[in-house]
Amino acid sequence: MEDMRPEDVSGDYREAELTFYDGTRRKVLVTDEEVPYPDGKLIVSRTDTKGVITHANQAFVDMSGYTEDELVGQPHYILRHPDMPREAFADLWNVVENRQQWHGYVKNLRKDGCHYWVYATVIPNVRDGEIVGYTSVRRKPSRRKVEESEALYASMRGEED
Amino acid sequence: MSLTMTVSPDFSPDHISDWYIFNTCLQRRLDTGIHLELYSGFDEQRKAIANDEIDLIYANPFDAAMLVREKGFSAVARPGGKADEAIVAVSEDSDINDVEELSPGITVVSAEDPEVHLMGMIMLEPADLTRDNIELKQVQNYVLVAKELFRGQADVGFFLAEAYQDLSRMVRSRLRPLIESQISVIHHSLLVGPRLAGRREEIQQRLVEMSEDEKGRGVLDTLGFDAWEPIEQEDTEFMIDLMDTLGA
Ligand SMILES: Cc1cc2nc3c(=O)[nH]c(=O)nc-3n(C[C@H](O)[C@H](O)[C@H](O)COP(=O)(O)O)c2cc1C
Repeated sequence: MEDMRPEDVSGDYREAELTFYDGTRRKVLVTDEEVPYPDGKLIVSRTDTKGVITHANQAFVDMSGYTEDELVGQPHYILRHPDMPREAFADLWNVVENRQQWHGYVKNLRKDGCHYWVYATVIPNVRDGEIVGYTSVRRKPSRRKVEESEALYASMRGEED
Repeated sequence: MSLTMTVSPDFSPDHISDWYIFNTCLQRRLDTGIHLELYSGFDEQRKAIANDEIDLIYANPFDAAMLVREKGFSAVARPGGKADEAIVAVSEDSDINDVEELSPGITVVSAEDPEVHLMGMIMLEPADLTRDNIELKQVQNYVLVAKELFRGQADVGFFLAEAYQDLSRMVRSRLRPLIESQISVIHHSLLVGPRLAGRREEIQQRLVEMSEDEKGRGVLDTLGFDAWEPIEQEDTEFMIDLMDTLGA
C-alpha cells in the first residue's frame, strides 16, 4: 500500500509508521482535525474474507476522502488510525471469524490526514453455511462514547508500547 | 388454488384503492386469481403469516428478513426510485433544535412500525438515548404520532419519511423535523411465498414489464413507484445482513 502523501494533507501533521497483520508497512500522516459524522447517514462497506474492500457506499467514499476506485480492492486497513490499539482489531477478527457480530467505536483515518469516529457493527456474510465475506455498517456515536473510547484506547496503546 | 396478497400495514391509507388496482392489474397479467387482504395492524398481519395464509406480500425489510429466513419466502422485486427513510420530528414550538440536545427520560412516540422505529432509535444514539432510558409511547399511525407531539404528550416522534410528506399541510406546519435519515439502501420489497416458488421467474418478469406499457406505468405511478426492479438472491441476503447490523 502506498504511503500517505503530504500534498493530500491539509495543515500540520505528524508521521507514523503502521505495520499491518500481513507485514505491509505504511507511512501515515495524521492531523488533529476531526470531521463530524454526517447526521442521518449510514456508512456501509463489505469485504472479502481477508478484509479487502469489495463494496463501499457513497457515504463511505465521501467520509474517507478517497475515490471509490482507490478503495475497492484495497485492504480495509487503508483507514487504520495510529491511535487505534491493535488489540481492538484483533478482537474484531476473532469475533467475526467465530460467526458473531462485533461492535465497537473506531477512529478512522482519512486520505487528508483528518479523522472521524464511528460506532461500527461488523457481521460475517454467511451463504450456504460458509463465510463469504464481511459487512460493516457504521453510525454516529455520541460524544460521551467517543471521549470514553479515546481514553480507553490511549491506555491500551500505552500498554502495547 | 386461491392466492392471497397483502401489503405491509405501514403504507399510507391514501393508497388503499391503489393497491386494489395494482392487484387487479397483477391478476390480469398473471392470469391468476389473487385476493388482496389488507390488515389494519402488524399483529394481525403476523398472525396471517404465521398461519401460512399469505402468498404474496409487499413487506418492509424487517419483515422481509423474517419471511425469507423463517417462512421460505423469496424476494422478487423492489420499487425503483424509492428507499425507506425515517424522520425524527418535534412539535413546532419545541425548544429542541438538535438531536444531541435531547436527554434521558424523554418521551418518544412511535407508530407500530418496527423498521421506522429501528431507524428512529439509531438517530437518537448520538444523544446516548436507548430503549432503556426513554419512555416509549406506541400509537396506531403517523397522524397520531403527530398529535401526540403537538399536544405536548411526547418530546420526539418517529415517522416514515414518506408518511411525513403525506401528512396534511396543516399538520406538518405544527411539526419540525430534527433529522432525516439518508440511508438509501433500505427498501420494501415484494416477496412470494413457498406456494408460488415455482412461478417466481414469471412473476418477476411480469412485474418488471409493468413499466413498459402505459397502463402498467399508470398503476405504478399512483403507488409512487417508477418501476419494479428485479431482486436477486444476493440482494436479499445483503438486505438481511444490513437489518442484522441495525438491529444490533
Ligand atoms: C467489514 C470490515 C470492516 C472494517 N472496517 C474497518 C475500518 O473502518 N477501519 C479500520 O481501521 N479497520 C477496519 N477493519 C479492520 C481491518 O481489516 C484491520 O484489521 C485493521 O485496520 C487493523 O489492521 P491490522 O489487522 O492489519 O492490524 C474492518 C474489517 C472488516 C472485516
